[in-house]
This record gives sequence, structure tokens and C-alpha cells, in this order.
Amino acid sequence: MAEFKVAPADASAGEKFMTWVDNRFPATKLYKEHVSEYYAPKNFNFWYFFGSLAMLVLVIQIVTGIFLVMNYKPDAALAFGSVEYIMRDVPWGWLIRYMHSTGASAFFIVVYLHMYRGLIYGSYRTPRELVWIFGCLIFLCLMAEAFMGYLLPWGQMSYWGAQVIINLFSAIPFIGPDLAILIRGDYVVGDATLNRFFSLHVIAVPLVLLGLVVAHIIALHEVGSNNPDGVEIKQGPKDANGNPLDGVPFHPYYTVHDILGVAGFLFCFTAVLFFAPEGGGYFLETPNFIPADPFKTPPHIAPVWYFTPFYSMLRATTDQMVNVLAVLIGLGAIANLVKGPGSGKVKVGGLVAAAVVIGLLKTFEAKFWGVAVMGGAVVILAGLPWLDKSPVKSIRYRPSWHKLVYLVFVINFVILGYLGVQPPSEVGNVVAQVGTLIYFGFFVLMPIWSQIGTFKPVPSRVTFKPH
Amino acid sequence: MSNQPVDQSRRTWVTIACAAGGAGGVATAIPFVSTFQPSERARAAGAAVEVDISQLKSGEMMTAEWRGKPVWIIKRSPEMMEQLGKHDGQLADPKSERKLEMTPEYARNATRSIKPELMVAVGICTHLGCSPSSKFKAGAQPSLPDDWPGGFLCPCHGSTFDLAGRVFKNKPAPDNLEVPPHMYLSETKLLIGEDKKA
Repeated sequence: MAEFKVAPADASAGEKFMTWVDNRFPATKLYKEHVSEYYAPKNFNFWYFFGSLAMLVLVIQIVTGIFLVMNYKPDAALAFGSVEYIMRDVPWGWLIRYMHSTGASAFFIVVYLHMYRGLIYGSYRTPRELVWIFGCLIFLCLMAEAFMGYLLPWGQMSYWGAQVIINLFSAIPFIGPDLAILIRGDYVVGDATLNRFFSLHVIAVPLVLLGLVVAHIIALHEVGSNNPDGVEIKQGPKDANGNPLDGVPFHPYYTVHDILGVAGFLFCFTAVLFFAPEGGGYFLETPNFIPADPFKTPPHIAPVWYFTPFYSMLRATTDQMVNVLAVLIGLGAIANLVKGPGSGKVKVGGLVAAAVVIGLLKTFEAKFWGVAVMGGAVVILAGLPWLDKSPVKSIRYRPSWHKLVYLVFVINFVILGYLGVQPPSEVGNVVAQVGTLIYFGFFVLMPIWSQIGTFKPVPSRVTFKPH
Repeated sequence: MSNQPVDQSRRTWVTIACAAGGAGGVATAIPFVSTFQPSERARAAGAAVEVDISQLKSGEMMTAEWRGKPVWIIKRSPEMMEQLGKHDGQLADPKSERKLEMTPEYARNATRSIKPELMVAVGICTHLGCSPSSKFKAGAQPSLPDDWPGGFLCPCHGSTFDLAGRVFKNKPAPDNLEVPPHMYLSETKLLIGEDKKA
């Protein structure tokens, strides 16, 4: 326990008040640790806007969500009408609703860019593994939020999207069908499903999400932020007070810096909000303006854009694709046997594991593997800290051709996203299958390719030009 | 930290208390998880439905509701019937042998039906539960192969089914469409959800 302090007799009222508070709650201590004396590297570039922007969007979503709940009715018979009521009859209700629906897409844009920043600057590498894993869990929570929230307007896309995703769970061997019923609370998506999704969307998941955001930031402030050079400022030179010379207190420098980012973001956000709130049918899909009809699937159903890369991979997993995967896993095990590192035992173990996986691939139906591929595509992100074996963190000091690898990965991700929006086609399916292999190849082969090439020397200090 | 030796009997009691508390916690979770199950009202809504099929014309289809699911009743025209046997090689499970519970015994035949021309099937794709759309016209068209014999296309993931609800090979859907238990009460009255066995 801290020593009980007494403010000097001639102190201001404010100082006396803070002394009183600090003796009872570590307000000043917390403020110093996380804001005024949190030393962040001074060479942040625009990529570092997206963390604080994600916080801003989270606040927008929570505040608009609170106000939407005041008029929304989570009842299969009333839900669609209540959303239209908010849009037409509640004063300014349309604005709140569009802020919330546009906010969902903005959240994913900001978070994808935030994750990309982590990817290119190696922000997940030691000692930031837990920062990254908390981030991956936040991403999972966001996906759950987005999915359950999309059911609430009870339009055609809401209904059939939920029907498809819940049926994904029924593909799990043995427990699947019962699990799907447990999620729906009925034999088809219905009133019970809507009600529980409402509860989870407004209470359960946001609580978990907030907890994870706190954990993400505590972990970050414990180890300190990475930077575009991937140089550890804590290991660099320090000033007389022991603070890193390459760091700068978060406030006021980065708070002002981030306000610039917020201004830029709000330009784009409000432009969409006022001029294209449906995002051309990508942020709010057209069939969702038709009330849910359990007897008629819309002619073309696709998830909202932020899920489509993963959805493409699900669609790409057909029987053929499972055979290709089985062959690739077999070849991988043999290659490991011939050229891989590790002892004989490890190699034989790899061979046995591959045989087991191939056996499972052929035992369960392609439908289950589609789900496994989609889930795996998200979960594999959490493995990055251990997959990346590059001797340097930042893309700046990696061999130039690594940039090409990242470029292929990003283009591939965009193509998968595009295909997920399109109706199924023969050619599209083959492209998506190749895309799925590229996506997983990027991660699975990373321990190998991330070590190859001539790395550039990493400076001992961050590169920073004062203005 | 104290340097006193560990009191093993206290450790034992702490372990027992934690285990008992944990068991209590798990037991408390049971009623919460149980509320996720279908309610008694949802369970009771699964009764059989009677459908009048006297208005159904040859080559057309109607949809009935059973347990909240669409059930299709298709009256196949002679041309459609002729197509049925021709593409067995392209089907994943032409004889409906993979999952026996999907096809009642009385429908485990070449047309998957009690009456050859009348097909009854649950209109929910066995992949992820979308409702396929009818593509009765044979021949080449978007999203379908050039030798399309007529059938159903699932808009979600492109699975195709023929007019007996049998799934084509190499599609995401693993099984043929479910044939619900059904029986004919008369020439024009169909009961869905119950058969003679029950």
C-alpha cells in the first residue's frame, strides 16, 4: 500500500482533491502509466492510427447500440417493423441506425488495417505474443458481434445468413446436429434464435469484448509498443530519468497525432453515413430490406463483405479440394522426413500425424472440412508469433522479395473476398481453391520462407527525422 | 512470505474445498445451458400437416410448411420422369444408400417417392440449410452445367439436385434432400410428418 500523502497547506483545491483521491484510488498513477508517462516510440507513421480508431468505433457502436435498443423489439413478428420504425418515425433514428450499421463495416476496415500493420512490422513477435493473441480474440468477438447483430433486423439476408452459419455447426461430427438445435433453440431459425442473439449481441459479447480490449491494452503497455523499424526502444539509450530516448510520452504528442487520424476517419465515415449509408449494397445488403421469409431463400445470398474471404474458403472446400489437401499433407510429411529439421522421432511422428489427418479427411464429409478450413483460416492468425522465424521484425529490413509475398497475400485475400460476394461458379470455385491454398501456404510455409534471403542490417535506434 | 513448512492437511482441505466449489459451479451452469434447448412450445409445434394436392398441375411444384420447414411437393411431367434415370453416373448417391434416415424405406426407389410422379422432399439443402431454388428447365444456363437435366440449385453454395432431390457429385452438399415421413390419405390428400409405420 502506498504511503498516505498530505497535500501542502498552501496547495490548490484541485491538488488537495487529487491527493484525497490518490490516497484512495490510484487515479494519478493510472493516468501516468497509461497516458502521460507511457513512452511510445517517436517514429509512428499513419499505420498507427488504426488502434485508436478501433477504440473510437467501439465507442460509436456502444453508444448508438444503447439508443437503438430503446426502440428495437427482439420479436420475430415485430423486429423488422421496429427497425423500419426507427428509420422512419423515431426523430433522428435513421442517423443512429446508419451510424451503427456503417460502424460495423468501419470497425472491420479499421481492424483489418490494424492487423495488417501488425503483420508488416512484426508487432506480434516476442515479447508481444499476448498482445497479438488478445487481439485475435477481439477479432473473434467482433465476428460474433457482427454475425449476431446482422440477424436482428430480421430481413431476408439476416435470416438466411444465420441459417447458413448456424448450420455450419451441425457439420461437426457426432455433436453437430444437437449443437445447432441448442444454438437456435428451435428446429429452424426462429423467434427463440432472434431473442437469444439479441441478448448475446447487446450484453454478453460486448462485455467479453471490453474485457479483452482492456487486456489488449494492459499487455501492450506492459511490453511497450512496437514501431515501423521493429527496434526495441527499451533496449536503446535512456535519458537521466531512465526513459527511452527514442520514446515520447503518449500525451500530448500522440493524443494530438491521433486526433488528426480521428479527423481523417470522420471525413470518410460521415461521407458514407450521409451519402451512401448502404455502402452500395455491401454494408447493408439489398435483400435485407425484405422481411425474413423462412420458405424462400433469396436468389443470391452472400455474407457481408467482411466475412467473404473466409466464406470463399468454406465454399472452395469440395470433395476434390479435400483430396488435394490430403495429397499436400502427405507430400509435406514426406518432405519433412527427407529435408526437415529435428530428430528421427519427430519426423516419424510427423508422418504418423499426417497419416491420421489424411484418414480423418477421408472419413468426415467435405462439409465439415469446409467449416474447419474457415475456422482454421481465422485461428491460424494466432499462430503467427511462432510461425514467423525471420531474424528481423519489420518489413523494412527484410529481403525485398518478402514485400512481394505480402503483396500476393493481400491481393489473394481481396480476391477471395470478391469471390465470396459473387454467386458460385465453376471458374470462381477453382480460383477460390487456389486462393485458399495460397492463404494457408503463406502461414504454413512461413517458418521456411521467412528465414530465406539477405536481411538488411537493423539500426540500433529508430529512424526519425524531427520536423 | 513465511518460511513455515507446508501444512499438508490444510492443503488437502483447500483442494477438497476447491473441488467441491468447482463441482457446485459446474452444476449451477446446467440450468443455464439447458435454457438454450427448444422450449416445450417449440417441441409441440412439430405435428403432422395435411396438404390438399388436387390443384397441383403436371410439371409444377407447391410448398407446404412442416415443423417450420418448407416441404416441396412436385408433380413430375412425363418428360421429367424420362430424364430421371439418365444421369445416375453424375450423382453422389443415386440409390439413397448413404444415410438411410434421410429417405424412408417406401421412398428408397428409382424415383424416391411413393407415387412415381409425385415427389415429396424437405426443401432445405443438406449442406447449410438454404432453400434451393427450382431450375426445372433443362439445358445450359448460368451457374449450371450444359447438360443440366432439370432440378434444383442451391443459391448459397451452388449444390445441385435432380428432380428426385438427389445431389450431384462434387458439390458441397453431402446428402440427397430429406424425404419426410408422409402418406396419402386419399388421391388428393397428403399427410406430411406421419406414415403408416408410426
